[in-house]
Amino acid sequence: MMAKLTIDGQTIEINSEKNVLELVRKLGINLPTFCYHSELSVYGACRLCMVEEEKMGLIAACSTPPQDGMVIRTNTNRTRRLRRTVIELLLANHHRDCTTCEKNEACKLQSLAHQLGVRKVRFGERTEILPIDNSSPAVVRDPNKCILCGDCVRMCSEIQGIGVLNFANRGAKTTVAPAFNKQLSEVDCVNCGQCVAVCPTGALTVRSETEIVWNALHDPTKTVIAQVAPAVRVALSEEFGGQPGELVTGRLVAGLRRLGFAKVFDTTFTADLTAVEETDEFLARLAKGERLPQFTSCCPGWVKFCEQYYPELLPNVSTCKSPQQMFGSVAKRFYSRQLGVEPKDLFVVSIMPCTAKKFEARRPEFAYQGIREVDAVISTTELALLLKQDGIVFNELEDEAFDTPLGLTSGAGVLFGVTGGVAEAALRAASGALGVNLDKVEFHEVRGFEGIRSAAVRLGDAELKVAVVNGLGNARELIEKIKRGEVHYDLIEVMACPGGCVGGGGQPYPNDSQTRQARAKGLYRRDKMTQFRRPQDNLAVQQVYEKWLDGRHSQTAHDALHTSYRPRRRIDGSEIVLNGARSDAQPVEVAVCVGTGCYLRGSYDVLAQFTQLSLSDELAGRVNLKATFCLEHCDKGASLKVGDRIVTGVTPENAAQVFHKEVASLFQK
Amino acid sequence: MITSRQDLDRVRATVSEALGRQKARVLICAGTGCVANGSLKVYQRFVEVLKARGLYTDVDLLLQHEGDGTTVAKSGCHGFCQMGPLVRIEPHEFFYTKVRPDDVTEIVEHTLEQGEVIERLLYTDPVTNEKAVSEDSIPFYKYQNRVALANCGRLDPEDIREYIVHDGYQAIARALTLSPEEVISMVKESGLRGRGGGGFPAARKWELAREAEGAIKYIICNGDEGDPGAFMDRSVMEGDPHRVVEGMMIAGYAVGASEGYCYVRAEYPLAVSRLRKAVAEAEARGLLGDSILGSGFSFRIRIKEGAGAFVCGEETALMASIEGKRGMPNPRPPYPATRGLWGKPTVINNVETLANVPAIVLKGGDWFRSYGTPTSPGTKTFALAGHVANTGLVEVPMGLPLRDIIFKIGGGIRGGREFKAVQIGGPSGGCLCTEHLDLPLDYDSLKKVGAMVGSGGLVVMDDSTCMVEVAQFFMNFAQNESCGKCVPCREGTKQMLAVLQRITAGQGQPGDVALLEELAEVVRDGSLCGLGKTAPNPILTTLKYFRHEYEAHVREKRCPANACEALKSYSVDPEKCKGCTLCARVCPVGAITGERGQPHTIDASKCIKCNACVEKCRFGAIRTN
Repeated sequence: MMAKLTIDGQTIEINSEKNVLELVRKLGINLPTFCYHSELSVYGACRLCMVEEEKMGLIAACSTPPQDGMVIRTNTNRTRRLRRTVIELLLANHHRDCTTCEKNEACKLQSLAHQLGVRKVRFGERTEILPIDNSSPAVVRDPNKCILCGDCVRMCSEIQGIGVLNFANRGAKTTVAPAFNKQLSEVDCVNCGQCVAVCPTGALTVRSETEIVWNALHDPTKTVIAQVAPAVRVALSEEFGGQPGELVTGRLVAGLRRLGFAKVFDTTFTADLTAVEETDEFLARLAKGERLPQFTSCCPGWVKFCEQYYPELLPNVSTCKSPQQMFGSVAKRFYSRQLGVEPKDLFVVSIMPCTAKKFEARRPEFAYQGIREVDAVISTTELALLLKQDGIVFNELEDEAFDTPLGLTSGAGVLFGVTGGVAEAALRAASGALGVNLDKVEFHEVRGFEGIRSAAVRLGDAELKVAVVNGLGNARELIEKIKRGEVHYDLIEVMACPGGCVGGGGQPYPNDSQTRQARAKGLYRRDKMTQFRRPQDNLAVQQVYEKWLDGRHSQTAHDALHTSYRPRRRIDGSEIVLNGARSDAQPVEVAVCVGTGCYLRGSYDVLAQFTQLSLSDELAGRVNLKATFCLEHCDKGASLKVGDRIVTGVTPENAAQVFHKEVASLFQK
Repeated sequence: MITSRQDLDRVRATVSEALGRQKARVLICAGTGCVANGSLKVYQRFVEVLKARGLYTDVDLLLQHEGDGTTVAKSGCHGFCQMGPLVRIEPHEFFYTKVRPDDVTEIVEHTLEQGEVIERLLYTDPVTNEKAVSEDSIPFYKYQNRVALANCGRLDPEDIREYIVHDGYQAIARALTLSPEEVISMVKESGLRGRGGGGFPAARKWELAREAEGAIKYIICNGDEGDPGAFMDRSVMEGDPHRVVEGMMIAGYAVGASEGYCYVRAEYPLAVSRLRKAVAEAEARGLLGDSILGSGFSFRIRIKEGAGAFVCGEETALMASIEGKRGMPNPRPPYPATRGLWGKPTVINNVETLANVPAIVLKGGDWFRSYGTPTSPGTKTFALAGHVANTGLVEVPMGLPLRDIIFKIGGGIRGGREFKAVQIGGPSGGCLCTEHLDLPLDYDSLKKVGAMVGSGGLVVMDDSTCMVEVAQFFMNFAQNESCGKCVPCREGTKQMLAVLQRITAGQGQPGDVALLEELAEVVRDGSLCGLGKTAPNPILTTLKYFRHEYEAHVREKRCPANACEALKSYSVDPEKCKGCTLCARVCPVGAITGERGQPHTIDASKCIKCNACVEKCRFGAIRTN
């Protein structure tokens, strides 16, 4: 006999459901929640999902396991009163500037208040206004709108394995904040925007660049061109009442032209270019057997994560720029010439599903002649806003096609928008390059939504071991396994967001796993429809190599399409002065790094020895000794800084020697 | 090293014999209350004076058959803290109160050398004016039955040998001869229920954890006592730490755990240090560690200090705190018995619950059931505070009527005023009134009237207390101590407090009482953990029994107890005023004017309600209503 329970008079069998809420929703009853997400741990804080069980009374559906014979009612006087009061209490503590809020009309608190019939807040208004953190290029944090559901906290720690945000303080003073209440730009946030993706209110929003874009569009000296990432075309329609996964490429292009973009191009084009370039790099490494596994580099969230946590793996990351930056590079270096426009007057706007792309575009290395390769990055939702602001009736637009040559694409490039897609594009490129298995273009073994997938793919004589990871927590798990020697791979694709770019932080809300899967399906449909499936078959790619890049493997191609990485500090902190120098002495500044990487290599012992040594008679008062947090040479630690010079490779054993050579010797002259 | 039952008995016999040779014993209370009153100086003085007179000895000397004089020991809390520092003299059983260092020489000369009692140091009954020579003759103690507190005040908690002499570690020795199931059924027969709040049957928790799958299981002793005014657990941990250790060991054996955590508030430094010492001594003697008493059962205890959050007394928050996470409750199920600390089956018992266990194992469930009521057997410790004559810690059989505790043990209402209410069970409990005076204090009776035993706080209030202010006090506490996780508790307590503050400030609006009641019910229904679910109890019970007081504040802007400052209005009764001008001179803001010899008047717009005029007036002419 199957265990059964009754919900609102309907009987339903209990299968593998972990909680009552799953069953309620299975019956099509839309029980509201703020803090329940099937992919996150059960938190049980918002209390909206409380239902009445005949014997147990009021229970939270999210955290109660279903039992045989339960008789549940989801809508009773008590549950209704509870839900309304919860919303009312949240509203009383919420900065209610709804009409001017970034999240207006996409806010869950707002829509639930309406839906549950809360028409009055009987309690006072929020009086305390905390400062807004807009230090990050990707995410704006407004604590005055936070309802403390903890979704961002759990997303960042459980899925992304980082934990930038957590709760601080107690009771009514509780807030969500980065460590030491620092700003987002000062901590190890990778800008992935997954916190934004789950935030039900305007507490976490995407940092808007729409005004920058408007100003450029209305600047007569600028030629403004657009590039559109693959995942945008399967999500944009959601902002206009459409379904996730619906392909609206034609209307999207038309809309951008109406906005005033001189040319509308496709990032999918440079995705093809990336796939070709990255595969060349991979096959070269494979032949030499060096710097393997090769990690993909198109995800800026992952790249920053790797710089912060795994600097020793940076040589393994592909040196290829991401498709966004390849586009910017090609546009500013070469396409501007074709147009006859100065690179400084060519304004490149990216339309991305991603918030980390905003950070990536600002990286100082992504500049040509001192000008940014990509001038502005807007998210899918920001684009929707631009269209609405311009009075464009999106759903009535006629389809238009991308401009050439940077608008021509293969099916492989389209797949960059979904987890497994970059790996699949690389496999298509590799089989094409090696001239093997040419009858196979679809590599279903790397598709799917599981966090870590792996496959052994036979290409001719070689068997490639490929892993695909989405979610940075999974990346961490896989890397630790590799470091322990438990697994070996040749190629590893990492995308920071669960599901890949279709679930990026800049995509419309709701951005849950169901929506992400529907968007991914749209991309796979698009791939099937393309004439060319392999990236190197893209004629425009071939042309660009010939016309502008001096062919494959050339220095020009390398200069334009590749980049480098550096270890990056996780948290900004002021130095701690240990032995201060006398003001009359001309002191030498010595800073010993006590960040995690150096600490693990014994920098505390080094610091202790330096403290003693700098107290010796002849040096007393002449050394300004400090502890510092990160000198960004984590791969070569322990590191220290004498004056402006970085000294690496210091160990507790050679500390005294280093001190005499680098510090004491300065005073002997 | 004690590696067998025989070793244990040998130590007990040897130390007992040695202690039997002492002529007298001075026990100076070194509980937190008495220490604050200077008892350590009294102790020092005793040692000095006795040494100077060659009368001093100690356990070590006695064991070496050297010295046969007087031993001096720092004991645990006697519970009668308001009379401290307390000194107990054996074998005379004299019980001296409020002893100062200057009294010591006299005590040594008269009591220890000549066996005479010093009258002025004895407790005087404020009602009968009779002097009480021994503890037992003081009404405060006469009606108590001490089980958990049996040793508190009777032995030196920092010396494991004294605990062994008082049957210490005999219970674990006995338990080890039984099967774990037999130990659980003994506890089950005793009917012991959790002393920390909910009153869940202890044996049932043990059983569930014993049945839960897993090789690793944990015992946690919850010593995160945080109710304002409650110090039952602190006294047990400070006064008889080995009893807690032994209780944890027995629970560990019954459940199949080999590791225990004792989670103690960091604000209890003395409890922490005594427990640490107790664990270290037990380890040094082999009573904790591998194969205890040669049985094959191994058990270790770690002491974990809390960081000051009230909510960490809630079991899931407590476990999160031990795991190094933010102390926030998690939804149950899963219950700790199946998935607790580090995901392993875990039993969490309160200090007092565990302190009852050794006695139950030694004396049996029937003996335990001889105290208390059928559904709430045994005794319970209460912290008696507020407007009663005698405040302190009392342990009484469950089911004793409230009246007996307040009037017999507590000596009635202080200052001859009228009893009005009692807040029982701390901020999670409820406010009871005169009609409940004959209510038996047990889990079920209290639950019926909307209160709870809680950890056992009893705050007695006289007729000068405003019940709205009482609710506000506890709501302020709950609001500050909410962990901030679930919406009803975090936001609801804040808004309930705001409404209460409005009412006591005389700005209550029509509908406020109904709003408060509705909000209180939602917070009770909707909160995630016990703290939130019970936080509205003070409001709900005061609304139930003192609703008219709320109404008077809101409708008439009047505080019936005349306690709310904002609602007081000061005026001069012209009939009584003699025009002495004293009030006008003392008024700091010049609000009082009048001719000498003529009735004065108070300008309400200037008056800051400082009460100075009331205190100065010799004719009772200032009215405050």
